[in-house]
Amino acid sequence: MITFDSVTKRYPDGTVAVDHLSLEAPTGEITVFVGPSGCGKTTSLRMINRMIDASEGRILLDGEPVQNIDPPTLRRGIGYVIQQAGLFPHRKIVDNVATVPYLLGWDRKKARARAMELLERVGLDPAFAGRYPFQLSGGQQQRVGVARALAADPPVLLMDEPFSAVDPIVRTSLQDELLRLQSELNKTIVFVTHDIDEAIKLGDRVAVLRVGGKLAQLADPKTLLSEPADDFVREFLGHDRGIRRLQFVSTEGLRLRTDLTVTEDAGDSGDGAAEPWLLVVTGDGRPVGWRSGARPAGLEPYGTYVHGRDSMRAALDAALLSPSGCAVAVDGDGKVVGVATREALDAALAEAADG
Amino acid sequence: MGDGPPSIWEWIGRNWDTGRVDSISNLLTDHLTMSLVPIVLALVLALPLGLACVRWRWLYQPTSGFMNVVYALPSLPVFMLLISVTGLSQTTVIIPLTFYGMAVLIPAVVDGLNSVPDHVRQSAVAMGFTPLRRLLQVELPIAVPVVLAGMRVVAVSSISLVSVGALIGQGGLGGLFTRAYQNPFMPPVIVGIVLIVALALVADGLLVLAQRLLTPWVRARKGTAS
Repeated sequence: MITFDSVTKRYPDGTVAVDHLSLEAPTGEITVFVGPSGCGKTTSLRMINRMIDASEGRILLDGEPVQNIDPPTLRRGIGYVIQQAGLFPHRKIVDNVATVPYLLGWDRKKARARAMELLERVGLDPAFAGRYPFQLSGGQQQRVGVARALAADPPVLLMDEPFSAVDPIVRTSLQDELLRLQSELNKTIVFVTHDIDEAIKLGDRVAVLRVGGKLAQLADPKTLLSEPADDFVREFLGHDRGIRRLQFVSTEGLRLRTDLTVTEDAGDSGDGAAEPWLLVVTGDGRPVGWRSGARPAGLEPYGTYVHGRDSMRAALDAALLSPSGCAVAVDGDGKVVGVATREALDAALAEAADG
Repeated sequence: MGDGPPSIWEWIGRNWDTGRVDSISNLLTDHLTMSLVPIVLALVLALPLGLACVRWRWLYQPTSGFMNVVYALPSLPVFMLLISVTGLSQTTVIIPLTFYGMAVLIPAVVDGLNSVPDHVRQSAVAMGFTPLRRLLQVELPIAVPVVLAGMRVVAVSSISLVSVGALIGQGGLGGLFTRAYQNPFMPPVIVGIVLIVALALVADGLLVLAQRLLTPWVRARKGTAS
């Protein structure tokens, strides 16, 4: 656990970058520092590994004040990923990844074996090992940066806007990759970003900082979206707060109807002939399309979500994709388990808005 | 033997190794000594000075100003001044050439170290490099291409400048040119020019080779860009 105990950073010219910051970054969780530029989020991050020293207050790493630890020793035990990856241009990828093991005095063979293992772990072809950083794309370099930070298996990982210099598609895949890695590794991660969507996607806890280095709110993403502490946080969260909050509402409680499906081989005269819409499914239960009572000849498009795993946001999205206004609930294998009608979605949305 | 003046090949054969101080092989050895020693000395001195100029930025302006003034001094009066201290020795040639080399190499070392991208330096700090290790394993290796480019300039200019020392009797192959004043006989002049140019080309080639071996990451970059 990382503890900020009334930490202040004041520069000689009087500028206060961080103002009496107190918070905890729990072990095994992702804590995101988010805020506009000048809010002291990067300064706060760099005080953890003493790249910047606090003027007042203490930062504790599992109870031990970082001020008591010699900086190089402290830093070798903390993984660090920065925006442009910061790879060493003169070293091959494998040696870049093995940087901290080399510093810790591992023998070359062991360090390189570990580096190869990590390249694979972050989803890079081992063929990249012998290349130099400039031969890799930005996204690939960033993966190497993550592998390098993990090389000596540090319990703590600091990430300073690691994905903000890559294009949106690559960014999304790097974010997903980080969440996947974290589910395997359970590191204590402090992640800095200016992108609130990234904060909400990645954070177990999100600390919103305001200009001048004051903590505006510390909460889990769902609470942040439903109960912003003040106007600053509300404004920073931006539009679509309600819709975005739905991604934290489970679809488990959504009532499904199972009487609205017909198999494609069955005759037209189903039991539900009175219903305006019927979902046609294959013999083994996969959706084919919606049949409208008004236009029985053709099939209309449908949208699906994985029941119980996807969020209400996905269910609502699935409903909006179809003229039927209903979302098709499927299981992990893509087989239909039922249909969420407008009425069911309405009820669930009303419940979500309440609580 | 023959009636007319000897051909250039005959002249070389007769003067290559006579055992006298002005034999061609002796002049060649002297020339190499007087050009290589300043190159090595200039590098050895420019490295700490360049590092100091990066560490304490205020040092750089006065240092480079002073080195530029030194570089602007004509070599002949410098020789004359030094003769009173070091006499008509090779040292009298080596000292100014070392200073000329430093005038080129100090800025090269400074530029080389400044060419280390900030995010690379930052990440080295964050990985837990100690300052000395960071210098030796990250910053200096990244500075190598710029420093080597400066070395190529210094090597070629040193080799060519040594010949001026002939005016005080210490010019290596430059000694072959002074004879032409006394006697308009061309073979020594041609031999001197050819050997000096050849020396410069060999030195430059060796440095290019060193560059390729030491910095494969730069060669590869050019290969991709083209």
